Amino acid sequence: MTSWILAHLWLIPAAPLAMSLLILGLAGSRPRTGSALAIIGQVVALGLAVVAFVPTLETPGFRTFQNFTWFTFGEQALRIGWVLDPLAAAMLVMITFVGLWIFVFSTGYMAGDKNFSRFFAYLSFFSAAMLGVVIANSLLLLFVCWELVGLASYLLIGFWIHKPSAAAATKKAFITTRIGDIGLFLGILWLYGGSGTLLFYDGGNGCLEKTGLLALGASASFIALLIFSGAAGKSGQFPLHVWLPDAMEGPTPVSALIHAATMVAAGVFLVARMYPLFSFGALDGVTPSLTVVVWIGVVTALMGALIAVAQADIKRILAYSTISQLGLMMVSLGVGGVAAGIMHLLAHGFFKALLFLGSGSVIHGCHHEQDIRKMGGLRRIMPVTFLAYAIGMMALSGVPLLFSGAWTKEEILHATAHWPRSPVPYYLMMAGVVLTALYMTRQMICVFFGKPREAAERAHESPSVMTIPLIVLAVCTIALSAVLTPAWPWLHSYLTGEPAQFDLGRLIQPMLFVSLALVAAGIGLGILFYRNAGRDDPLARSQPLLFRFLENKMWLDELYAKTVIAWSAMFSKLSDWMDRHIWDGLARTIGGAGQLIGIVSANFDERGINAGVDESAAGTRGLGRLIAARHSGRIQTYMGVIAVGMLALLVLYAWLT
Amino acid sequence: MAHLITALILLPIAGALVLCVVRQSHARGIAFAFNALSAALAIALWRNFDTAAPGLQMVERHNWIPAIGAEYLLGVDGLSLLLVLLTSLLFPFAFLAQRGGRGFCALMLLMQSALYGTFTAQNFLLWFLFYEMSLVPAFLLIKIWGGEKRDGAATKFFVYTFLGSVAMLLSFLAIYFVRGTFDLAALATLGKTGILTGNMAWLAFAGIFLGLAVKVPLFPFHTWLPDAYESAPVGVSMVLTGVLSKMGVYGFIRLLLPLFPHEIQILGPWLLGLAVCSIVFASLAAWAQSDLKRMVAYLSINHLGYCLLGLFAIAASSPSALIDRQAVLSGVFIQIFNHGVTAAALFYFVGLLEERRGLRGLNDFGGLMQRTPLLCGWMSVAMFSSLGLPGLNGFIGEFLIFKGSFAVAATFTAVAALGLLVTAIVFLRAMQALFTGPLAESCGALPDLYLREKCIIVPVTMLMFALGIAPQFVFNLFNTTVVQMARLFA
Amino acid sequence: MTPTLTLFLIISAALFSIGLLAALSRRHAIFILIGIEMMLAAANLNFIAFWRFAPQPQAPTGVMVAIFSIAIAAAEAAIGLALVISVYRHYRTTNVEKLDQLKG
Repeated sequence: MTSWILAHLWLIPAAPLAMSLLILGLAGSRPRTGSALAIIGQVVALGLAVVAFVPTLETPGFRTFQNFTWFTFGEQALRIGWVLDPLAAAMLVMITFVGLWIFVFSTGYMAGDKNFSRFFAYLSFFSAAMLGVVIANSLLLLFVCWELVGLASYLLIGFWIHKPSAAAATKKAFITTRIGDIGLFLGILWLYGGSGTLLFYDGGNGCLEKTGLLALGASASFIALLIFSGAAGKSGQFPLHVWLPDAMEGPTPVSALIHAATMVAAGVFLVARMYPLFSFGALDGVTPSLTVVVWIGVVTALMGALIAVAQADIKRILAYSTISQLGLMMVSLGVGGVAAGIMHLLAHGFFKALLFLGSGSVIHGCHHEQDIRKMGGLRRIMPVTFLAYAIGMMALSGVPLLFSGAWTKEEILHATAHWPRSPVPYYLMMAGVVLTALYMTRQMICVFFGKPREAAERAHESPSVMTIPLIVLAVCTIALSAVLTPAWPWLHSYLTGEPAQFDLGRLIQPMLFVSLALVAAGIGLGILFYRNAGRDDPLARSQPLLFRFLENKMWLDELYAKTVIAWSAMFSKLSDWMDRHIWDGLARTIGGAGQLIGIVSANFDERGINAGVDESAAGTRGLGRLIAARHSGRIQTYMGVIAVGMLALLVLYAWLT
Repeated sequence: MAHLITALILLPIAGALVLCVVRQSHARGIAFAFNALSAALAIALWRNFDTAAPGLQMVERHNWIPAIGAEYLLGVDGLSLLLVLLTSLLFPFAFLAQRGGRGFCALMLLMQSALYGTFTAQNFLLWFLFYEMSLVPAFLLIKIWGGEKRDGAATKFFVYTFLGSVAMLLSFLAIYFVRGTFDLAALATLGKTGILTGNMAWLAFAGIFLGLAVKVPLFPFHTWLPDAYESAPVGVSMVLTGVLSKMGVYGFIRLLLPLFPHEIQILGPWLLGLAVCSIVFASLAAWAQSDLKRMVAYLSINHLGYCLLGLFAIAASSPSALIDRQAVLSGVFIQIFNHGVTAAALFYFVGLLEERRGLRGLNDFGGLMQRTPLLCGWMSVAMFSSLGLPGLNGFIGEFLIFKGSFAVAATFTAVAALGLLVTAIVFLRAMQALFTGPLAESCGALPDLYLREKCIIVPVTMLMFALGIAPQFVFNLFNTTVVQMARLFA
Repeated sequence: MTPTLTLFLIISAALFSIGLLAALSRRHAIFILIGIEMMLAAANLNFIAFWRFAPQPQAPTGVMVAIFSIAIAAAEAAIGLALVISVYRHYRTTNVEKLDQLKG
């Protein structure tokens, strides 16, 4: 069984892909069949992922790959392949597991939608593409799946296509990520040219293995940066993060699946996957490319957390929180804590999906109201949702001991503290932790505590098909911490390939207290600030300028609209104008010059040559007429002339002789 | 089987002659039947073609006018075969897309014959004869059956291309007076040591370059194209962009690159700059269009710009690695084929929209997804294929071209990658305007795809998927030719 | 008054001049023909006179030429008269003033 799955890894993405095609082809009018097929596909993928997970447990540092030729051009074979290592296996299980519960949740959330089964086809397609990204053993194959993930996200964000805002958001998402993808594409080209292969692992000849990296030499940093630009686009890193909040226009399960658990994590995954390239030639664990990753991550993490404080839309708060957490993961990768970053990625996948589904449940219960200022007091009306949401919130804020997010966050802080280049990221990360706790507390208070406001009055708890996924994910969020603690850092060891040791003594670390203090500060401040918050925000009252700055997302969208977008639109108008007037004008000028020469020569023909010939013809004719007039037709005249002529001859003769 | 290529060239002419005597209502059917026969012959050609053997195959050689070195010399290699197959594929597609009477069908068949001739002739004079022969039917098709601005567009198209052709002919006469042959293969071997010397070489280069640059077209000789494609009837636009524009690229590969390696090397950066301008400016201009046909036309310039970028890159930088040359040549070949299929499909879809609505402006539609989901879905596939989404056919050619040219001309290639981004913007903007948002009132009664339309679209889309997922069957056609050419350009 | 060559030449010239005058001035075609005949007669007179006053003896060439000339004149007169009649039938006139069809 295990060797079979290792030889047929492609079956994992193939299962949802097949279901997706099947749904599109068959179940257009039968919604139940559609969702059932999609869930079956996901269950199969989950089963296979678990089966594939088993062999990676047996040997530390397990890695297997299969390469094959995609096509041959000229004499060169372009090879792609699949790889399974702890990184991929862990991602596979997380994606299929979280995905499955999101699918289940969607059957409730999307019930009654006109295009219900198409939604599940897209979800399955997305799942397939994402799984493809994870198991790809070639940067090219990864890029292929990466773009398909982008396409799936395009289809899902714009699922409610009749809404112009959704259409605009989905276009923005695709284009913004594509900007990063162009960088990634160039990175792929450079990598291919430099190392001669795009396979990650190829028995010592892959581009992430020694020979390949040595062939790259100094260009490795540039390639890594180009690849990072792709990751930044997908993972919503500054300055390409603007698409992610807008992407909340999609149905909430989509936000949970794509913009929390999986797709946005793809960027982090890519950096982790390409880590040998990023860290190639590292001095003291620092390379130029990793330094860029750190600083971009820091800026993103802090910016996301700040903006989240001033948002009113329940999903947008979570979206900015996602941006901030992704920045955190990037920082972790950048400072060398790859395992910590991935652990946070996995834990975040669970609890952020939980939060998004919880918000979906809230939105569903409040009849599609998303403004937290109109909610309140929901904890009595929606107890299950409230409980699950609270668990997610505490995991995200990093409340220690019980919640998975706390352990991973702690580990990231730990890794950041030891970064040799600068201590600034560490302090900024700590500020980020406080802010995270603050905005989550604000959200909790506004949504679940206080008096019910207008949207909450008619609210109801969601059906069990929606609450069960919440419960499952909440349990997982807590249960996951069992393998994350420093006492038994099983996941860490699994990812790094070291044996894990159980030592209860390491459970309590100094960092735990730092973290505890920070979270307590955040939550305490939050309660202090927002305990009486109702319709108006206390921050808006005390710091109106700052609040407006954050509420308007630091005016980055407006800045882009006024600069990059306006300029490129201007360039497009300019090219069109140049085409019509300059280039075509040039052609028309040359044509016109030809025409002018034509006119001149035609005139010369008409007036010069033709007229000359005409004149001589007319002259001849006139002469003829003159002479003809002398021909009276009378014979006697003629004879007279002859006689005169003869006489003249005679006279001439006489004169000459 | 000895005269397969001749038969292939003559069959459409025979069809055109038959059309002169049949009834108007039978014209399309008969033209289609002749197309089917041509396709059968093309497939026979494919079956008889030995993909492992280098060089020309099925050569037919006869004296024609010995005094001026004109020979009746036909033959196919991988590239020629690829283009013959593309022609055979697109003409039936175009006939299905466009209703037309006897004259229309006859002219289309004449053009088809000229295209077969162009792609198989191996003697310059013969090649030139066919090359020009395609021009007249194209001119008449635009002039007679075109849209609003057809008169100006047809004249511009004809004069522009003809000017280029004349320049090219003069250049070849100059070469003939020095070298005494019009045989393309013989000239290609002479090209290595410099086919002409001094100023004459530059003049000859300029003439041929102009002729081909206008045909492709390359920036800034492209302004005839948007007008011509916009004014031409849909079926003709499909053929123009699908096959006729490939004549220029084919000419670059067959004539200019082998004959003038030194000149191209000296001018390298300038030529690359023009190719990059083609890519970037055309995609930007496409963004500014509101007429769908014009938009697709501009993107056509953009996509062929990639081909020229790759070709110039490997020809202009002398020490390019073998793998890069092979990547570019394979990429260009497959891009030619892919662009033919995809651009024709896009024009077909624009035609469907125009047929339903009577207009084809970007703003004349809205929310079509709610009314005609199938049309939107299949059209999106063609659009995503054109913007180079992996898994569809457009990606492979672009990837290989960029791979090869990045290795030798990184800066130019990096700038050209902007074209990929802008193309995406153009298509997403179009999709947003056409498919999304609330259903426009004017589109409330548009019918979705009919069965006959589905029968056309599904196979073509399947081909796009096949080319995008498992393209090996196409690569097999020309891999040997690629290897041979890559050595020639070394 | 002895018959000298000069006398004959003068007579011949007078005869020729009268004939010419007749041919030029008369309106009737027949009279013109008569004038032409007179001019021919003057020419014949010249031939004979030159022959008679040339050194003797010699062949009768002048007489022969004159006889030929008379024969031709007879034929010419016949053709001329026939033409005049034909013209008269066609135009109903023999007045040469009216007959100007030869003009260009």
